[in-house]
Parts: sequence; structure tokens; C-alpha cells
Amino acid sequence: MEGEIVLGALAPHPPHLVYAENPPENEPNAECGWEGLRWGYHRLAKKLSTIDYDAIVIFSPHWQTYIGTHFLGLPHFESLSVDPVFPNLFRYSYSIDVDVDLAEAMATEASDAGMVTRMMQNPDFRIDYGTIVSCHMVNPNWSKPIVTISSQRSTHYYSAEVMGEQMHELGQACKRAIKASGKKVVLLSSNSLSHRHFVTESDVPEDMSKEHIYNHSQYLWDMRMIELMREGRTREMVQLMPEFTEQSIAETDAGGLSWLMSALDYPDYGADVHAYGTVIGTGNAIVEWDPRERATLQVSP
Amino acid sequence: MSDDSPIVMGIWGPPHPHPLLAPEKNEGWGKLRAAYDQLRERIEESDADVIIVYSTTWPSVIGHQVQCRENPEWTHVDDDFHALGSMPYSFKVDVDLANGIVEAGEKRGLHMRGVDYHGFPIDTGSIVALSLLNPDNKLPMTILSSNMYANRAETIVLGKATTDVLKAQGKKAVAVVVASLSNRMFTKHIEPEDDRIHSQKDDEWNRKILEFFAKGRLEDISQLSRDIHSQIRVQKVVAFKPAWWLASAMGQHNRYDGDVLAYEALHGSGGAVISLTPTKGSVGDKEFDEDDVEYYRGDRNVIDSDSTLEVSETASANSEVSDSSHTVPEGGIIETSAAPKAVGAYPHARRVGELLYLSGVGPRQAGTDEIPGGAIRTPDGIPQEYDIKAQTEACIANVKAILEASGASLSDVIDITSFLVDMERDFAGYNEVYAKHFTSVQATRTTLAITALPTPIAVEMKVIAKIG
Repeated sequence: MEGEIVLGALAPHPPHLVYAENPPENEPNAECGWEGLRWGYHRLAKKLSTIDYDAIVIFSPHWQTYIGTHFLGLPHFESLSVDPVFPNLFRYSYSIDVDVDLAEAMATEASDAGMVTRMMQNPDFRIDYGTIVSCHMVNPNWSKPIVTISSQRSTHYYSAEVMGEQMHELGQACKRAIKASGKKVVLLSSNSLSHRHFVTESDVPEDMSKEHIYNHSQYLWDMRMIELMREGRTREMVQLMPEFTEQSIAETDAGGLSWLMSALDYPDYGADVHAYGTVIGTGNAIVEWDPRERATLQVSP
Repeated sequence: MSDDSPIVMGIWGPPHPHPLLAPEKNEGWGKLRAAYDQLRERIEESDADVIIVYSTTWPSVIGHQVQCRENPEWTHVDDDFHALGSMPYSFKVDVDLANGIVEAGEKRGLHMRGVDYHGFPIDTGSIVALSLLNPDNKLPMTILSSNMYANRAETIVLGKATTDVLKAQGKKAVAVVVASLSNRMFTKHIEPEDDRIHSQKDDEWNRKILEFFAKGRLEDISQLSRDIHSQIRVQKVVAFKPAWWLASAMGQHNRYDGDVLAYEALHGSGGAVISLTPTKGSVGDKEFDEDDVEYYRGDRNVIDSDSTLEVSETASANSEVSDSSHTVPEGGIIETSAAPKAVGAYPHARRVGELLYLSGVGPRQAGTDEIPGGAIRTPDGIPQEYDIKAQTEACIANVKAILEASGASLSDVIDITSFLVDMERDFAGYNEVYAKHFTSVQATRTTLAITALPTPIAVEMKVIAKIG
């Protein structure tokens, strides 16, 4: 049977969200915080729990590589993840299973398409906190294996345009590999939208009286991109990506959202926006694309 | 400039793991390893008490972070070069020194955070340098992060905070910068024997920088940081700023014995192992272009941004706004983010002929509007105690910032009109601080008592300076 992508989602990774959830895996404790985003994640997680799928493939900006795209390549990782920026909020003990077959299939397909790839097979490697936050929020019991794809920093070496082209190819390669695998797969792009943030932290991190978008122009850009998602105009959104990335210092510089859109064949159906909110001034949206929406559209009179 | 730095040796070394994990696989990697080994022996022979690392592979975004955990232990794997192997470490930290740097940084206006968490991920560059330079923990150490957004002023102040603590605690240190020179790597996998500097251009720039290092010209390299960044640095997470920290910590001059022990390629980037030892000789000091800074006042910006000057929306059609060269054209106006925002439709300064007219300047802080020494009344209008000396210091600092943004300085001031809201209470304190800054300038001055100012401050100054 042919494999398929059963769901795609924009799933940002501020560690603040896990911190505010107070799961047993995370050492620090919070009183509250960022409820709008967390409740949005709860809705997405609930949706995911109703879907039959085999694995989650996540593209993470916090596994940064300069020599090609890397894939997790061992079946199990277990350790402690401490956020290097917010160690006060995120010290998470994880135990993660990896779908190595799927990872190898995607790496091979991308390599055959001319991309530089590498499997990460060092057992001491620590999983990046972006992967952990996004995966925890969509599937807190870690019931499915994952694959993390690194963010090759083409934006830094070349430009956001080159990054976009490479992510288009990577997305297509992953889609082909998933189809050939016979598996049902959920894709996550783990990134914020606008990413200019405050450079100081309040004494109580979850003090929501301090939380707001960094500036109005970022908000306008975020809304512009989200409206295009909601209206199913994702090709237009991807075309705008270099300008958006530059104008709002967006975390789309990592390439994840472009990769996701390519793998989903640039949805022309409306996305479900579960939440939009800010974390230390950055703009974060939890957005879901359900390919069955396309099927519904195609059979409509 | 200072000749009494407690830094007995400065070291510059590359962050890549190859000299640690695979020195035998490439002759150049082996030479870098041998150079690190040589410096390890020199450290052991020195009278240093501690090692302080400033690492460009430890980026931070919320201020600067300092490693404060007594015995950080872990096994680290590099994000890119994981196939080379794992890097187990068990380091010994000088906790008193580390906490002292946090406090000293805060006193100098920096946002600081001490890091004392089990499992906190120490970065590849720090692990490589410390494993090779101090493998048996003969000296305790600490590590400073490189803030992504910090510009020169912030990084210089961090260097000064570092030496504040060393002096206060009576310790001598080896200061280690972990950074590449050119940082462009090959974007594909290469065999070790094929490693070389990525481009001829990068190689030529690296060699030019190494000439400066070999002559002990650290302050010159510090002042060339922006040029180096724009010429041979890919805009990765952290820009080229470590020379600012090292030069600041070591005394801001060029009087060092420089020794370039090795310069080799590391997957295309330029890796050099260098030592700098204070000396009376060397090339000496001539003229430095950039101003010194003692206290961080919130002028954080990214390294490759343009000047702090901003175009005024109120500029008239025939007015020109000054550019990054800090020369104000005739009729030009000045607005700078280094001074508090105006409370009305007026610029910070305007040039007419050879004179520069400043709008009234108070003590509010740029960016935050905080008032050093406290506001004279609460938001409810209830009078409260305040420190006129602190307000006057801040007021003069703002005047200085506007003058410098205009290409002038305090020594160019020719006339001052000061306004005090409580002459009887405040004149003596105000006059004392004023004398400290303006006795040598001998500007004419008028001091007036007034009923109130638009914000809850006690002092404001109106300044005229000569320019051009």
C-alpha cells in the first residue's frame, strides 16, 4: 500500500509552553502561562489522537547543520535536554524512539535528488530541544516514533531564496520516500513566525502582563502569512517567504515551513489555525493542514 | 587603555573538534593539535590562577551567560561533526570568579545570567579548547557566552567586567577566545586529505589578520572587527566580536608579544592557534579610532547594522540627516537611539554653520526612560527622594551621546544653560558633578531655577557646541 502524509502542522517550539504545562519530564515548575498557545496545542493533539499514523517527521531549526541535511539514524535516544537559552525553564528527561527505516529512506531519496545528506548515528547525541518541545506538545505520551531532520543553514551561506529552492527539493524527496514506505506520517515544521524577541526576561517568566508582540510590523507580517494559510494560498505564501523572513527576522529562515509546504504539495485548501500567540515577543502559530480537505475539495461539485 | 590587566596570556583557538578528535587524519589538524599542546605547557608554566573562555560557539540571546556550575560533566556530540566521535568532559569551575563576573557585569549595566544546571550543554568550542589546554583541570575555569545581538559597547564592557572581578579577587588569568578566523566551511562532506581554506580571498584575509596578531596588535584587530566580519565571515549565529572582549580584558592596546603557532584549514574555515603575552615593546600604540566605553547603556545592536543614527520624520526638505561617518551637513539634524526619545516634535540636535545646537537634555535613559537616581515624584504626583548627582551624571552622559553621534565631544561644548527644579536642594550636587566633566572645557554656563520639567526629572541642560 502506498504511504501518505496524513497531517501537516506548523508546530512552534518555545520551551515556555512545556514549562507552563508542568509535565513530569520537565524539572522546573510554572504557575501558568501562554494558555492561548497551549490550548491550541491541546486541540491539535486531540485531533492527532483521532488519526491513524505510524510516525512523526519533524524539521527542527535547533539542530543546525552546515554540511548538508542530517537525519536521526539510531532507533532510540534517552537523555536530559537542557535548553541552552532558557535553562531555567527547560530541563527535560526524554526517551525517544526513531523510525530509522523512514529516516534512511528520506535521506537516500534526498541524496539521489542531489542533496548532501548524512545519517546521525552517534549514540551520545542529544536531541535538540525544538524537536522535544514540538513533539511533546502534539503527542505528550510519545506513543509514536519520530524522525528529526536538521536545518541546513542555506539562508546563512547563501540566501533565503536558495534555502527555499533546497527546501522545495527536500520536501518533494521526503514525500516520495514516505509514499514508497507505505507508512502514514505526520509532518511537523517546528518554528515560530516572526522571531524578533525581547532580550531581557522578567523575574517571573510566566508573567503574562509582560507578554506581547515585539512590534506592530511583525504582527502585520504574521497576520499576512496566516491569512494566506487560512485561504489556501500557500504558493503565494512561499513566494513571500524570503521577504517575510527578512522583514520579521522570522524563524522560517531555517527552512521548515517551506519544506512542509513542498511535502504537502502546496495546499490549496484552507488551514486550521488552532492558535496564535506570542512568546517573549515572537509570533507563534499552531496551524494544521489536513490533506483530506483537498480530497473533499476535489470531489465537490 | 590599561597596563595593569590581570590577564597574563591571551589565547585564540579554533572551535572545531578535529584537533581534539582526529588530529591524525590530516597534517594541518595535527599541527593545530600540537599548537594547542604547546600552549598547554605555557599555561602550566605561567603564574595564572584561572582560565576564562569566551566562546563564539556558545550563543546567548538573553544577555550574557556565565558557566557557574562547580563540576559540569557530560558527553557532548557536535551537531555537524558527530561522526568524528563523542567528547566526554568533566571540568572544574571557579565558582567565585564566575558569580563575580555575573555581578560585575550587572554593575556595568549588562544583563547577565549565571548557569548552574546539571546537564547544561557546554558548547563544542569550549570543550575543544579546555580539553586541550587544561586536560587535567590544573586550573579552574569559567566560560562566557557570546550574545548574538551584542555590539561593540556591550562586548567591551563585558571584558571590563571580567577584569573587575579578577582584580577584586586578586587572581591572574589566561583569557581564551574560541573562534575561527574565516568561518565559511565546505557545504559538502570532504575527505580529510582534501581540506583547505575555502577560498583564496579568505586565505589572504586570514594571513593579513595573522600579521597583526604576530605583531601583538590586538587593539587594532579589535577595531577592525566589523571589517573582518564583513569580509570573511558568513552570518552564522554569532558574528565576529571576540577581539572586542579579548582586547578589552587585556588592556586595550597593542603592546603584546604575538605568536602564531599554527594556521590551518578546518573543513574550509580558517583555524589559528595564537598566543599574546603583554610586553613593553612591540609595535606600540598610535591613534585609536573608536571611543572607549565603561558602562552599557542599552545601545545593543547587531554587528553589521548601520550607525545608530536614524532619519527624522520631521526633517525639512532641505535638511539632511547625518550618516554613519558622523559628519553632520549644514542644516542637518541629529536623532540617535543612544539618547532618550524627545517628548515633542524636535530633534536631538541641529547644525547651523559651525555650531551644533542641542535640544534640552535630561537624565532619562535611552530605550527605557528610566531615571538614574530616581524620579522626583511618583506617577500619582507624590514628591519622593532622588539623587541629583546621579541625575546630573546621566544628563551629561546623554549630552555626550548626542555630541558623539554628531561627530563632536564634550570638549567641543562652548555654552550650557542648565535648569534645576529645586535650586536650593540640588545646586551643590549638580555643581560637583558638573565640575568633574567641564572644568577642563571651560564652557560658559547659566543655571536657572524653574518650576517644573515635562518629565519627573530634576535637571536638564541646553548645550551649544562647535563642530566642523
